[in-house]
Amino acid sequence: MSDALIVLENITFAYPGAFRPVFQDFNFQLPPGHHLGLIGPNGCGKTTLLHLIMGLLRPQAGSIFIFGKEVRKEKDFVAVRQKVGLLFQNADDQLFCPTVIEDVAFGPLNQGKPPAEALWIARETMDRLGLSGFEDRITYKLSGGEKKLVSLATVLAMQPQLLLLDEPTTGLDENTKQRLIHILQDLEISYLIVSHEHDFLNHTVRECCHVHGHCCQPLPPRPGKEPVSTCKKAVSAPGKEY
Amino acid sequence: MSAIQEPFSEGQSLVHRLDPRGKIGVAALFAVLLATANNYATILTGLALSLVCLALAGLPLRKVAARLLVVNSFIFFLWLVLPLTYPGDVVWELGPLSASRQGLLFTGLITLKSNAIIIILITLVATVPVITLGQALQNLRLPDKLCHLLLFTYRYLYVFEEEFHRLLQALKIRGFQPRTNLHTYRTYAYLAAMLLVRSYDRADNVYRAMLCRGFNGTFYSLKTFSWQRQDHSFLAASLLAAAALGYLEWLQPSLG
Repeated sequence: MSDALIVLENITFAYPGAFRPVFQDFNFQLPPGHHLGLIGPNGCGKTTLLHLIMGLLRPQAGSIFIFGKEVRKEKDFVAVRQKVGLLFQNADDQLFCPTVIEDVAFGPLNQGKPPAEALWIARETMDRLGLSGFEDRITYKLSGGEKKLVSLATVLAMQPQLLLLDEPTTGLDENTKQRLIHILQDLEISYLIVSHEHDFLNHTVRECCHVHGHCCQPLPPRPGKEPVSTCKKAVSAPGKEY
Repeated sequence: MSAIQEPFSEGQSLVHRLDPRGKIGVAALFAVLLATANNYATILTGLALSLVCLALAGLPLRKVAARLLVVNSFIFFLWLVLPLTYPGDVVWELGPLSASRQGLLFTGLITLKSNAIIIILITLVATVPVITLGQALQNLRLPDKLCHLLLFTYRYLYVFEEEFHRLLQALKIRGFQPRTNLHTYRTYAYLAAMLLVRSYDRADNVYRAMLCRGFNGTFYSLKTFSWQRQDHSFLAASLLAAAALGYLEWLQPSLG
């Protein structure tokens, strides 16, 4: 368990004013080298889970361990964000710099890289994603698919050790989806994908699990089949699903 | 295509090629000079200078005229009110209303002033793309927060424009037609409120995305500006012109 990339232990989280908590004594584990798909109905807490991992939301109870270290305070999460990349569901949330190259270089600059090196990393990342020539394009004038790929470049430019993707295929055409699949298949880091598309997950992850209020129920990636919940209440041993 | 456009920022004229920092500085200087001037000679010279700049920039005159029309439609209301209310020698009377010579002169001064300033801003500031403008202001050591505010406003203006149109379409496809009734006012209020709430949410999400990429309160700009020989000449000529305006305004015995 100690070498897992992410461990969530007995997490309880409720949005302020919500009728019931999203997670109650929730447990989750991501072992290294895994490519995991997260599925589940709308509102079951998939995005919330990613935001808890990044420290954008704080649980009311429970502990989070990332790369074997417990993270609690903002300071701990600042360090986590240097190593874990999150691709937002909406690319307009992610791209805010005027030009593409500035947006891609934003992360490396925040990591303290000198401008020349940040530019080099940005160009190299864009090349890798087949985005060369986009440097001076204006971010808000990109198409939906281009925005998504540029967002991915902005995250990958920070050279994360773990990537979290929140419904990356929303609004993408078949072509862009295929490009995204190839990019993900070539990645050497672990990643976690939240998606409703079984077909996309079949090509990108080896295992899927179904998010419930208490745990993640692993299931074989079978397209079109509704998973049956066998998740028991109040799971005490974290990550016993694995 | 978006309704928000920058028709003047694209071009290859001398004015377009000048360093934006110099243009911003000169535009600010002339705007202040002309706004504080009270002398017809000064303002007419300023107007002439602004027209020279306009000619050099080679901007589409039809579009410039359209912009000036907007400004002058506000000034039109001054013509309705100011001459009638300004105390002075009466030149024209109709019943209880009387227009004063001083009032007419004063309104004329304001009209010329505003047009001269707007033309200078169109030629010097509107020829800089908004994004470069933000970066240039940052380079001129203006407070970071103000520059970020400008850049973010510009970036998300498009998103909100899109959102606004989506909401408007949602109204239209359900048969909404604006009328003068409570239902219409309420619907527009909902529209405005929804836009406000969504923009607040959006700001939250953007901030989160920035945190995820290690944002710590400082922006590191990649943009570099280069000050050329032509910028030296432009600045020198502008300072001379400004000195001439100052001379006309404060040292020359009144001409107007």
